[in-house]
Amino acid sequence: MPSPRYWREIPQRYRLEANKCKKCGKILFPPRLVCPNCGAKEFEKIRLSDNGKVITFTVIRVAPEQFTTKTPYVVAIVETKACGENESNGVRLMTQIVDCKIEDVEIGKPVKLVFRKLQEEGKTGILCYGYKAILV
Amino acid sequence: MREVAIIGYGMTKFGELWDKSIRDIFVEAALKSIDNAKVDHIDSMFVGSMTPGLFVGQEHIGALMADYLGVAGIPAIRIESACASGGLALRQGFIEVASGMNDIVLVGGVEKMTDGADATYALSTAADQEYEVYNGITFPGLYAMIARAHMHTYGTTRKQLAMVSVKNHKNGALNPNAQFQHEITLDTVINATMVADPLTLMDCSPVSDGGACVILCPLDMAKQYTDTPIKILASGAATDSLAIHQREDIASLKAVRLSGERAFKQAGLKPDDIDIAEVHDCFTIAEISVIEELGFAEKGKGGEFTEKGYTSLEGKIPINTSGGLKSKGHPVGATGVAQVVELVEQLRDTAGKRQVKNAKIGIAQNMGGSGASSVVHILTSNT
Repeated sequence: MPSPRYWREIPQRYRLEANKCKKCGKILFPPRLVCPNCGAKEFEKIRLSDNGKVITFTVIRVAPEQFTTKTPYVVAIVETKACGENESNGVRLMTQIVDCKIEDVEIGKPVKLVFRKLQEEGKTGILCYGYKAILV
Repeated sequence: MREVAIIGYGMTKFGELWDKSIRDIFVEAALKSIDNAKVDHIDSMFVGSMTPGLFVGQEHIGALMADYLGVAGIPAIRIESACASGGLALRQGFIEVASGMNDIVLVGGVEKMTDGADATYALSTAADQEYEVYNGITFPGLYAMIARAHMHTYGTTRKQLAMVSVKNHKNGALNPNAQFQHEITLDTVINATMVADPLTLMDCSPVSDGGACVILCPLDMAKQYTDTPIKILASGAATDSLAIHQREDIASLKAVRLSGERAFKQAGLKPDDIDIAEVHDCFTIAEISVIEELGFAEKGKGGEFTEKGYTSLEGKIPINTSGGLKSKGHPVGATGVAQVVELVEQLRDTAGKRQVKNAKIGIAQNMGGSGASSVVHILTSNT
């Protein structure tokens, strides 16, 4: 992944920065230029909570090249919410669940989002960081 | 809009075609379709292909294929919508003929996946690179998450998933163009190498090479070329978010439902009117979900519907008589056109050992990625 492309996503990957639509209140992660819910184009910046729960998950046993040394690993869809927002206005993201026994991961279990190394850019490239989840 | 008919078809065998290049594969399928349609020229062509740039380092394949087919000079356009590239190429050809822009249009699909490229990576470009693939997900992984959500919400079982694969291999064993012409058992599927829990290797369609083509013309010209034209009754297409976590319901495929609803409305038909279906079983869960979204099975009951045998060759709605993507093979860009080739063979009553009796109306559903694009065509031999 080329560096400028990695750098552009840092606010989302390091700080879970999202957008809140000024018209309908929908939380968009990652931020977009148009609200898919109401079509509005004005937003305020908001951060996601690092608490969430597992919606669904899988265990990757055949991985893409950058992840082959990590197998088996869990990838899940986690539901969280924006800081200060109601849980009914939830937002979902995809993330690995780490530091746990694979058999302990279940739908509905609470998780916490943490800052971790995700991958390396090629063989000599920069280290790429972002969020992963741990069971709580 | 003019009514449009398919007047000829052709396809290569699907599989690991080591001795053939992408251009050889396309031209072989195209020549077969031209020969089958008995046309003396084509006015334009559409080529569905997902990512020849990554698979063989070759883009710009509309012009390349026209040149190697010996028809350079005509308009030739490559269509891309991940694994729905073939189905959407057909839609563009249909629109071109219906509009009156051109009369004789070749629609093809082709993919060459075994020339040494990293197929897992190439296919993953159909998912959201920044927010799915970045986290280490794969295509089997995406469908595995859909499968787990479906099992959790509706009680779909491991055995029901496996039955899709067993049924499709049973059909594929009767298809001389299929990559895997042999039957398998439930145990083979369930005990195969785990790829992404709960999906094993035998829940997944293979990596394949292959090409398929059809020739279209206005229905009122079709009888000049063939006694058995197949009319295209409808073409429905739709989209959804690429990232599955951004969908309201992970256990649903909204684009499939919308594309199906649009096609049924256009044709003035309902699911009960359909005799046979080719659907996009890239993974076993996909077939279960698609037959629900198209209205053959109730929402959440696709697994049970399959288990009862309703989708088998002798069932009330035979699904994937060709063997589907699982057994016939899945050269991604070719798949949508190959589904239609199967329907044409069935509707012309020329499908040999896998022929469904009295098949008059067929439906083909082809989707891209984890269902972010879907296209549905309804065909009939009643002209």
